[in-house]
Amino acid sequence: MQKILIIGATSAIAEAAARQWAARGAALFLVARNAAKLDAIAADLIVRGAAKAGTRVMDATDTAAHAAMLDAAVAALGGIDVALIAHGTLPDQQACAASVELTLHEIDTNGLSVVALATRLANLMEAQGSGSLAVISSVAGDRGRQSNYVYGAAKGMVTRFLQGLRNRLAKKGVQVLTVKPGFVDTPMTAAFRKGALWAKPEQVARGIIAAIDRKKDEVYLPGFWRLIMLIIRHIPERIFKKLSL
Amino acid sequence: MTAAPLSAWGNLGWPPAAEVRRCGERGAPLPAVAGTLLPYGNGRSYGDSCLNPGGTLLAMRGLDRFIAFDAGSGVLACEAGVLLADILAVFVPRGWFLPVTPGTRYVTVGGAIANDVHGKNHHAAGGFGAQVRSFELLRSDGSRRRCSPTDNADWFAATVGGLGLTGVITQAELQLRRIGGNAIAVHNRRFTGLDEFFAANAEAEHAHEYAVAWIDCLAKTPRGVLMGGNHVDAELPAPRGERNVPLTPPFSCINGLSLRAFNAAYYGKPWPTAQTVHYQPYFYPLDAIGHWNRIYGPRGFYQYQSVVPPAAAREATGEMLAAIAASGQGSFLAVLKNFGARPSPGLLSFPMPGTTLALDFPNHGAATLALFERLDAIVRAAGGRLYPAKDARMPAAMFRAGYPRLAEFTSYVDPKFSSGFWRRVMENN
Repeated sequence: MQKILIIGATSAIAEAAARQWAARGAALFLVARNAAKLDAIAADLIVRGAAKAGTRVMDATDTAAHAAMLDAAVAALGGIDVALIAHGTLPDQQACAASVELTLHEIDTNGLSVVALATRLANLMEAQGSGSLAVISSVAGDRGRQSNYVYGAAKGMVTRFLQGLRNRLAKKGVQVLTVKPGFVDTPMTAAFRKGALWAKPEQVARGIIAAIDRKKDEVYLPGFWRLIMLIIRHIPERIFKKLSL
Repeated sequence: MTAAPLSAWGNLGWPPAAEVRRCGERGAPLPAVAGTLLPYGNGRSYGDSCLNPGGTLLAMRGLDRFIAFDAGSGVLACEAGVLLADILAVFVPRGWFLPVTPGTRYVTVGGAIANDVHGKNHHAAGGFGAQVRSFELLRSDGSRRRCSPTDNADWFAATVGGLGLTGVITQAELQLRRIGGNAIAVHNRRFTGLDEFFAANAEAEHAHEYAVAWIDCLAKTPRGVLMGGNHVDAELPAPRGERNVPLTPPFSCINGLSLRAFNAAYYGKPWPTAQTVHYQPYFYPLDAIGHWNRIYGPRGFYQYQSVVPPAAAREATGEMLAAIAASGQGSFLAVLKNFGARPSPGLLSFPMPGTTLALDFPNHGAATLALFERLDAIVRAAGGRLYPAKDARMPAAMFRAGYPRLAEFTSYVDPKFSSGFWRRVMENN
């Protein structure tokens, strides 16, 4: 029975992953801000076959609350085999451009809070000598673009931070997985018209679980984003800066 | 950028809703909007009963969580946006099945209640609403009622089959039934002529929990295949993955020639008298082809589903099939079934004792609508009615004639709720 901690458990991708883990009989500990939604999800996961579904209300940007949350998770589960960090927001780039406070807040939510949680989880798993730390970054972190560079900068920091953690923990039996979803049809992206590039949360969740099971380091979801981002990363800056991306 | 509009299954080009609001928490209040509201489940209603052109649609699929399951009694509590497909995926492997299921598993629980859907076991079990233990109804005044056949029974009766007009169903309790495996023992029997159908069907209803007939409505003498089924204690591998119609072709693939060829080939294909199959191809043959509605092209299609009382069933069904054959328009999804005597709980429930005929027609504009008028006259003379979940064109008078408890129902309609269908049959006359 896998013991799984999910932070940002009410996000669509995290909930889809939790359902797939529940069907396997995993024990889960769910962390998010919205207590009512957490309770509804926990009850659902029990019906779907989860051995356990503990919950804890926490705002991920409240870094002072992280240590107690992890203690509670370890106490509830008896250790952590898999941690999925899935919380995040999609900032309004134009509003960020007009507000330093908003920009820093979004960097905090999507970047710094993740770094803080990953630091603690890495130490915990290093001490355990085992574990999988999976973090949802984004294709947006691969290159800065005018349409969402605040989000991209935060996710880029997460991606780079995880690279370092992976390098550090490779010899310690701990997997560090960077998940880079492309466009996913979730409430976070409800305002966008969906085209052929869009994936369902269930599909992305399947990819995350498969990547954890196979001890991968980094995964683009769906996989074709690896090729798209390879091209995007290699466009020379003097051309890239003139594109409307 | 805006989200793609929510559509109905018939693709008849209804105007979009002005706004879509997503429901994600069952405890949350309804959104405050200026115009009217209508819950939208998975969009499998064929016409405008699931649409609210110019108003607000409440997208209910976000409420897709199970709440509790009692493995002793088989009672499942779940949110209203859960698909029947989700229930089957989780509970069939544990030995439980839906007590009543329509011909697609891609409908929500809330939609199944709001349309009081029926299945191939209506003669034995009644409709979906008869198997619902309770649900919560949230009204625009903020009130929440637990409705069951005994608690708030009047609201229960108004909301089962109530087309989403009495408020939002947020959660429901369903009674699942035990099965000993995922397989169905099917008994197939060809018939020629309606007399043979009715005789064979009477036998099938006696021998089988499920019974439904496909008919070739283009043949001079109606002919078809009657498919009886029972659950059996056997496990079969799930069928291969679903196929998909990826886009709408620029014209309808369904025309007189393709229909005649399909129907002749389908009737003529080998029909083993007895076979054991996985439950999916028996109950949901069309679910294996994603977006099959697209084959009708950009103009879309109509479904015409009627029920006529037993006394008139033989004659009226014959007249309808003759009218369809004479029109040269027709359908490869023609389904004939008898409803049983178990009363439907809803004031506007479609099922009633008698014979139901369901046919799909490509939209050929005036010619198709003219055929429907001829069929309406037959159904009305027989004392029958049409199914709002399938309807995109019935005149107000036809609706009123078919639903004698309509006046009683209207007092339960939420003042903030409306639909394209509702305005069409209540206001435009």
